[in-house]
Amino acid sequence: MGKTFQRPEALSDTMTHYCPGCTHGIIHRLVAEVIDELGIRKRTVGVAPVGCAVLAYNYFDCDFQEAAHGRAPAMATGIKRVRPDLVVFTYQGDGDLASIGMGEIIHAANRGEKFTTIFVNNAIYGMTGGQMAPTTMPEQRTTTSPFGRNVEDVGMPIKVAELISALQTPAFISRQTVIKPKYINKAKKAILKAFTYQVEKKCFSLVEIVSTCPTNWGMTPLDAITWTEENLLTYYKLGDYKTPD
Amino acid sequence: MGKVLMKGNEAIGEAAIRAGCLNYFAYPITPQSEVAEYLTKRMPEVGGVFLQGESEVAVAYMIFGAAGAGERVFTTSSSPGISLMSEGISYIAGAQCPAVFVNIMRGGPGLGGILPSQADYNQATKGIGHGDCRMLVMAPASVQEAVEMVMNAFPLAEKYRNPVMILGDGLIGQMMEPVEFPDHLKTEPSNKDDWASNGMDHRKRSERNLVRSLFLDPTALNDNNLQLKAKYDQMKKEEVRSESYNSDTDYKVLIVSYGTMSRVCRTAIDALKEEGIDVAMVRPQTVFPFPEQAVRDAAQKESCKQVISIEMSMGQMVEDVERSVRGGKPVHWFGKCGGDVPTPEEVVDVVKSLIN
Ligand SMILES: Cc1ncc(C[n+]2csc(CCOP(=O)(O)OP(=O)(O)O)c2C)c(N)n1
Repeated sequence: MGKTFQRPEALSDTMTHYCPGCTHGIIHRLVAEVIDELGIRKRTVGVAPVGCAVLAYNYFDCDFQEAAHGRAPAMATGIKRVRPDLVVFTYQGDGDLASIGMGEIIHAANRGEKFTTIFVNNAIYGMTGGQMAPTTMPEQRTTTSPFGRNVEDVGMPIKVAELISALQTPAFISRQTVIKPKYINKAKKAILKAFTYQVEKKCFSLVEIVSTCPTNWGMTPLDAITWTEENLLTYYKLGDYKTPD
Repeated sequence: MGKVLMKGNEAIGEAAIRAGCLNYFAYPITPQSEVAEYLTKRMPEVGGVFLQGESEVAVAYMIFGAAGAGERVFTTSSSPGISLMSEGISYIAGAQCPAVFVNIMRGGPGLGGILPSQADYNQATKGIGHGDCRMLVMAPASVQEAVEMVMNAFPLAEKYRNPVMILGDGLIGQMMEPVEFPDHLKTEPSNKDDWASNGMDHRKRSERNLVRSLFLDPTALNDNNLQLKAKYDQMKKEEVRSESYNSDTDYKVLIVSYGTMSRVCRTAIDALKEEGIDVAMVRPQTVFPFPEQAVRDAAQKESCKQVISIEMSMGQMVEDVERSVRGGKPVHWFGKCGGDVPTPEEVVDVVKSLIN
């Protein structure tokens, strides 16, 4: 019997810097599998965010550009407009995409830029040590909301998939998670669709992935999974929000 | 091709195309929106890319992405817009990518005004972004020179893999003058396969290319900064350009002035000559690197008693003039801020007040 499970070619053979229980690694793997399956590694350019995934290029074995905080969709626009033959994706966190970079993602999506965004929503700023994000849940404690997010003061968490779906142009918007195997298969399918639509030159595509941050949530990896199911998935509903066909 | 009468902003757009730059991203702002209005028609004719971005912040990163993919790319803006682009310019310099930025300056600070100014001198030459980053900055004094500088900017940006800026004032953008376009540039962005993330299957080498400015390891960061410094030092050796006027006389006063302001000074120098007063001028064509040697040599001439920096700002270039003269002769400043361009008569009066 041959090998049934191996490292995708689009992933590098290297140590991870992500924390135990963090889902960035799973998401990286799914994206890499999709890149392999579509056979696009050598014409793919990734755009790394500023956040825990800033070093994404240490894991993906393809060309990469590193954006400033929030600006990945503008960079991807620049790459894709001048080289439409390349496959371009951004990989962004919720602070990156939904706070400082909200303008860039909305406009890139609304122009229908033909790249793919993988949006990792872990309801917190991971890299800078657990500050409140626009996606932080009501009452959720962070270092800048030590008594819990006060929605009277800072509003309700932003639902990015729904928000972008309200625009007419963007055509494939989906929200998934990878906290359990049953979700992982669906997430993979969504990512595959997102890249396929790009390869077919159809549309802008965004897959939001509800993720965990045990370190900054102050939980064990297992508790983080339970907390995600009970608190995040009830607010951030999974499913396809828009499809082009 | 003979001479054509063209508005500066349109000529700048056409010059970029003739330099082989077929990618333009921009956000409208007075007094340079005509570049975008021109290129929105011209780029499709030549199979190029035109995109109006959602902000100057985004535009700077569209430029970064395109430059990082190894394609010639440029943008144009004016003072407040350049402030928004400065974050991106720092990243582009850090990641060592070539790109061309045109700043058709208007008065500031804040919204300032929409009339010509040279008040972004310090920003352009000394503080374009955070970190140890610098740009090669060229300052045209005519539409013709703007065309030539834009066309030279692309190979220079590629030579140094660094942003290059054309620093013009509102008059350069708005005025109509006859221009003659040099032949199309034949050069291609060189050696981009060594560094651009233009897709692995595009290149002979099998390694991937990373375009980035993050160096968490202090040694690597230091190495990157040493590479940048070496480039800036090389610019100081190889790219300094200036022009002198009436300098073969026994002038008593040396004017240092650039851009539109230098043309006013030229008129004043001619008028003074008719009155028997010789005044010379050094006109920096590059403001970074600054023509220190040319200014110092001109100031050192025995007949020269006074040096004056005349600029459309509240005294910015004068610091570079002082630095160049190094205390050898007294250095003065005269200028006005945006909109109110000093007249030749005012310059004549100021110069006379120095020698009486
Ligand atoms: C302009 C700018 N502002 C602030 C920062 C600091 N910063 C780095 S990462 C980050 C938050 C990242 O959070 P998120 O996007 O949610 O990604 P995660 O780390 O959780 O994966 C911030 C604020 C920066 N690098 N640049």
